[in-house]
Amino acid sequence: MSRDFRALTRPALARRRWAIAALVAPAYGWLTLAVFLPLSAMLFFSFLKAAPFGTRPLQFTIDNYLAFVRRPYLVDVAWTSIQIGLWTTGLSALIGLPAAMALARATKGRSQQVLFLLIVLPFWTNGLVRVFSWTMVLREGGVLDYALHLVAPPAPPFSLLYSFPAIVIGLVHAYLPYMILTCYLSAAAIDEAYIEAARSLGARNPMIFAKVILPLCLPGLISGSILIFVPVIGSFMEPRILGGRVGVTMGTMIEDQFVQAFNWPLGAALSFTMLGVVLLLFGVSSRVLPRRILAQ
Amino acid sequence: MTSHLSRRSFHALFSSAFGAGLLTIAGSRRADAAATEITVLNWKGYGTDEAFALKAFAEATGIAVKHDYFNAEAEMLTKLRTNPGAYDVVLINSARTQQVQADGLIDAIDLSAVPNAKDLSPSLRDHPNILVDGKPYGVAWLWGMTSLAVRHGKVADANSWAIFSDPNYAGRLALFDDSITQVGIGALLTGQDPNNPKDLKAVTGALKAMKPNVKLMWSSEDEWNKAFAADAFDISDYWSGAAARSIKIHKLPLDFVVPKEGAIGWLDTLAIPSSSTKKAVALQFINYMIDPKFYVTWATQSGAPASTNAAAMNALPPDDLNHKIYKPEDLAKLKFMSALPDDRRQAFNDIWDEVKAYYAK
Repeated sequence: MSRDFRALTRPALARRRWAIAALVAPAYGWLTLAVFLPLSAMLFFSFLKAAPFGTRPLQFTIDNYLAFVRRPYLVDVAWTSIQIGLWTTGLSALIGLPAAMALARATKGRSQQVLFLLIVLPFWTNGLVRVFSWTMVLREGGVLDYALHLVAPPAPPFSLLYSFPAIVIGLVHAYLPYMILTCYLSAAAIDEAYIEAARSLGARNPMIFAKVILPLCLPGLISGSILIFVPVIGSFMEPRILGGRVGVTMGTMIEDQFVQAFNWPLGAALSFTMLGVVLLLFGVSSRVLPRRILAQ
Repeated sequence: MTSHLSRRSFHALFSSAFGAGLLTIAGSRRADAAATEITVLNWKGYGTDEAFALKAFAEATGIAVKHDYFNAEAEMLTKLRTNPGAYDVVLINSARTQQVQADGLIDAIDLSAVPNAKDLSPSLRDHPNILVDGKPYGVAWLWGMTSLAVRHGKVADANSWAIFSDPNYAGRLALFDDSITQVGIGALLTGQDPNNPKDLKAVTGALKAMKPNVKLMWSSEDEWNKAFAADAFDISDYWSGAAARSIKIHKLPLDFVVPKEGAIGWLDTLAIPSSSTKKAVALQFINYMIDPKFYVTWATQSGAPASTNAAAMNALPPDDLNHKIYKPEDLAKLKFMSALPDDRRQAFNDIWDEVKAYYAK
């Protein structure tokens, strides 16, 4: 591609730049409108004492950002959210990577299309419906319980609903496709020759996986993890419905501020604090990770 | 919405096509028609727009009733403020009456012009929430409550909110995920006013003590019904109207109890905007709305909250479910919700968030 550019004359190059700008402009224009403007409005709100509706005068304060100091219980809640994020991301990687490898390397043609369809299917169903169908599966007397008693009739009644695992199960179901799709892109790009070379040097399958496939899939794993971790720690629907008493997360706390307390400023400040924590986490991890990727 | 629009456009067509021809015939009746049409501002599907009622009222009085709807109380206020003269009757939750009155949006009502008002329960008719300087700014119309629902046959001794922390029912409690309701229950448990508890520490303590019992928190009627039907809990705070539907429609085995500490009530009124030009006609409509005949048909055909009219409640068939849920002797135990200032609403929310974080730990 870069060689093509060098071969072009100056006016042709300029024309191509314009073309690229024209192609990119709608996307960036949309992002500015749909993401940047509302977010900056929220950032502005987060420094107010009360949401500026009606005739109330604007009063600025940084009190909302001291929420974690003033309300120490929020630290526990944030930790719960991060744990949910870590479990969901970890399990998605554990399930998603093998699935992506199988898709990329062991299937082709029609069967691959069908498998892809099955993976993307959760995206096409309503999120609320998905969560409620999990309540049917996980509850006492639900599908899981019923299946367990078919196999082992004397077992005590079994219910996962309203527990930490239930939240993680619901979230893994919702976010797994991201992991499979990003890992698939990495796995499909692996040149068969690397694997053959490793094999000819005497490496067995576990060694090939650890030394060749896993490192080459790492970019997919990392982008999948980012795509999953960030929305999961802000999720509120799955914790609220599947978590019962334990389903109290930063997501539900923020939702409460908007829906129940009408305290938009505090809700916005909590969101931006979480954003800060997430950026910090990625900042730290990016110090550790790229060297390993670059080493390949 | 579509039926509304099509009806409106039909009217437009009709009047433009045939208007000229009909003008001479209708001319003499026009002035009447204008005077005998009133507009009601209410929630959609909340009694005043029942088809049978509009028909019966029009037949009896010749008055046509039009509707406009709101989806939130704030929207009702906005509509009242921005459309003076547009409405003749408005539904106002008694918790809001003082605020609306202070804004000068509604008029005092002369109950002597409302014949059916003589049968209203005095404690509701003269509730402090709707009186300003001793004058009522609305006619008490319907009431309901958030109280205690327990599984029939499994929980027999429920007569106190203390059952929420009774070790016999560990893991069998569901709570409504709403700060105002939960702080209200905490206040009732600690002998305080649910609208303005002074000792918030005691409220927080009472709510935290429920932790071993709490199984889940619900936020919709549907969620409640599903979880109760699946045997996920035996005890919960619940809405009276929803309890009636759970028993009647979903056949769920529950008892609805008002505990000895009391329950949290709400009271809806019909009020007259001060900008209305047809106040006498509006009073006629309000009188019909508290008429036992209207209430009995509405309650038995579609289901309704409790009427403020004692005669209307007595006129219900003896086996009607509303008798079991809204008992006259419980009325005295209700603490009706009043308006909450912003800082108190925030304080309630902070308590409930702290308690929920403690439950989750």
